[in-house]
Amino acid sequence: MAGRARAIGMRLAQTVPVLIGVVIISFILTRALPGDPAVYFAGAMADEQSIQQVREALGLDKPLVAQFFLYVGDLAQGDLGRSISTGQPVLTDLAARLPASLELTLSALLLSCLIAIPLGVLAAVRQGSWIDHLCRVLVTAGVSLPTFFTGILLVYIFYYLLGWAPSPLGRLDFIYFEPPRVTGFYLIDSLLAGDLETFGATLRQLTLPTITLALFTLAPIARMTRAAMLQALSSDYIRTARAAGLSRGKILFGYGLRNALLPVVTTLGMVFSFVLGANVLVEKVFAWPGIGSYAVEALVASDYAAVQGFVLAMALLFVTLNLIIDLSYALIDPRIGFDTK
Amino acid sequence: MHTNRRNFLKLSAGAGGVAITPFAWATKAAAQGKDTMVVASGQTINSLDLHRTGTNRASYQVAINCYDRLVGFGSRQLPTGEMSYDYDTIVPELAESWTISDDGMVFTFTLNPDATFTDGSAVTAADVKWSFDRAVSVGGFPSTQMRAGGFFRPDQFEAVDDRTFVLRLDYPSKLSLPNLAVPVPFIINSAVAIANATEADPWATEYLHTTTAGSGAYTVSRWDQGQQIVYDRNDAWVGGPLPEIRRVIMREVPNNSTRRALIERGDVQVSFDIPDRDASELVGTVDVFSTPIENCIHCACLNTRFEPFQDPEVRKAIAHAIPYEAIFQSAAYGRGAPMWGGPAEITDTAWPRPFPYATDMDKAREHLEASSFASGFPVQMSISLDLASWMEPTALLIQESLGQLGITTTVERIPGANWRTVALVDKSLDFHLENFGGWLNTPDYYFFWAYQRDRLFNSSNYDNEEVHELTEQTLHMSMDDPEWAPMVQRMFQIVIDDLPRIPLYQPALNVAVNGASGYEFWFHRQLDPRRMTGV
Repeated sequence: MAGRARAIGMRLAQTVPVLIGVVIISFILTRALPGDPAVYFAGAMADEQSIQQVREALGLDKPLVAQFFLYVGDLAQGDLGRSISTGQPVLTDLAARLPASLELTLSALLLSCLIAIPLGVLAAVRQGSWIDHLCRVLVTAGVSLPTFFTGILLVYIFYYLLGWAPSPLGRLDFIYFEPPRVTGFYLIDSLLAGDLETFGATLRQLTLPTITLALFTLAPIARMTRAAMLQALSSDYIRTARAAGLSRGKILFGYGLRNALLPVVTTLGMVFSFVLGANVLVEKVFAWPGIGSYAVEALVASDYAAVQGFVLAMALLFVTLNLIIDLSYALIDPRIGFDTK
Repeated sequence: MHTNRRNFLKLSAGAGGVAITPFAWATKAAAQGKDTMVVASGQTINSLDLHRTGTNRASYQVAINCYDRLVGFGSRQLPTGEMSYDYDTIVPELAESWTISDDGMVFTFTLNPDATFTDGSAVTAADVKWSFDRAVSVGGFPSTQMRAGGFFRPDQFEAVDDRTFVLRLDYPSKLSLPNLAVPVPFIINSAVAIANATEADPWATEYLHTTTAGSGAYTVSRWDQGQQIVYDRNDAWVGGPLPEIRRVIMREVPNNSTRRALIERGDVQVSFDIPDRDASELVGTVDVFSTPIENCIHCACLNTRFEPFQDPEVRKAIAHAIPYEAIFQSAAYGRGAPMWGGPAEITDTAWPRPFPYATDMDKAREHLEASSFASGFPVQMSISLDLASWMEPTALLIQESLGQLGITTTVERIPGANWRTVALVDKSLDFHLENFGGWLNTPDYYFFWAYQRDRLFNSSNYDNEEVHELTEQTLHMSMDDPEWAPMVQRMFQIVIDDLPRIPLYQPALNVAVNGASGYEFWFHRQLDPRRMTGV
């Protein structure tokens, strides 16, 4: 156990240079973006004098090196600066938007795992059967339908035509107010507050965007489960288990699935990190106040602090995610030890 | 004001008289009573303070709804039947009356004695003085806009006593009084602001960024940046007739298809600033208002630095070769007003006005053959990616049409963050599209920004001595002056002949309304809910 704690400590220490690199690179890259934020935020009517005033107000008149050390100094005090395009401190923005994105992404991943893993297993076990074909159709549809298309289609059918879904107006309909903030996840916060009505409303708002994202993320997970299962089922230890007369369930889930899980978890991690930053289109369609649209708008406006804050938050998130995935490897397959690394 | 869940409930109980139990009140029926209006908009509000650096256009609505100005604009019916604000009628807002000295240089305003800020304190001339000082001192856009009316320095403003405010101009100008009715010179509760100012921030921009301190028709009871802003009516408002709508909820919905579904289903009463295409397709389903934006023209600009464009015959050839109708239909879906095929003779001072050119390829060829570039030339046409929705189809149609004359164009797409620098500051784009619109609705104001030498929106580098002089003379002159109309008509004549900017069409501001009435167009292109009514 002590060995594992030390290994985790080592892993955490290894992330420090990564984060330093991220800070430097994001600073340089934002400055390399075309466009001058002072000009952008001074507005179209501004003259030279007012642009200069804005530039000074934003601290952009100082040399780059000085700007960098000011930024790092603020960062050390936990101050990510202020986004000009939203007018809020970047930390406030991230605290408001990251849980929104995480809530959506995690629900989508949960839903897609619930569908994709059993589907992949069944497709592998009954290769060539109708369920295998269903799996193939779903996977093809999932990857070939762009998320904004699925999103708009679902809104059209379930909100516009049938009226089953609530108005696609973000995390909560305007008649409800957000639950007292504890985690930032409305589902959890509303339960903590004992407010079942808001919980229900949150769940209803989540349904369509979750299905949209789940359809998209389902494909790689189902595909990977099927392939990994096929490989596992054709291996020697399964044959041995069969020969030893173990029960079908034990063979399938105890030996087959458990060994097939490694690549699935890896894929899951990749899909998660990809989707979290890349679900801009879903966020736009459902007016979801998430991190993806925040980053894109900040980029368009050359909003340095917001872009840097986003990149840093994502880097931290990925580092944590990778750590969790590595740890879960060891849980799934005890042969993968931490101490050996 | 800091609003959390608790005091919001208290507020709404006070304002709307809805049930007070925490969750029971949140029923659809209670919140969507006829005095609540829900608006979907694609824009995001980034500050409650218009004077702050970086405040975007959508945020101007806070200055309109939550603050008063000394004066406001009246309303009028447009020939199309739609309602609009009326540039020519100035009505009292905080000022109950005003006098202008005979030389037009001293304005004396008497404040309404009943006007109070939302904290209950009376609005005094000192508040007006502090707010005007702030607007001319903070720099950036507010100060630029103040200068347009002739307001440059704090020493021009004087609070004589609690109810009398005096404004002194350096020169008389017809733009001064209307410029007091634009969103910028709004009146702030100076006592509250000063109490929250710091040495580094003497104008309390940090405090007013998240809190309003005004006397306007509404107060902000909730602002979730990136999601919504909720206004509640200020029942003590005296700046005009009390609005019918008690609560306005502005929701940000970035996706156009989603907004369209919302308005068609009637879950929102207003979908603000919708694309031309949605507007044309929604006609007949819901109420659609497409008001041509005053003093705004979408233009194709010919830079005089580019050699072929120095030849007047080339410019005329291009003006005759542009497929105006096709552009109007495919870029604007027919929303707005045509700016081509106008009469050759100038008898009025209407602006924007259709220029006397129309698509005629034979005439275009004649003009090109008469020029020194008879066989055509290559040119780069630049568009802004931020405005691609109309610029892209327009550019492609012009490209195709000019191709028939032997003028080969390549379309260059410039990122929005760069556009202003290359197009307006460096003025380095040979052939490009542009969309300037002025808040103050006079032709000379448009000329000041777009045709006068070295002005920001004169992206064609147009330099005509006579136009420059005439603009200088007419800009501040009263429109009743007998000399004004002939001078303006002369300006029209010259730019119609010189063609540094070829007008394509006047764009429209499209608004879809489903279950509300009383919509009015405003030059600032924001929704003014004060005169709207419920179902």
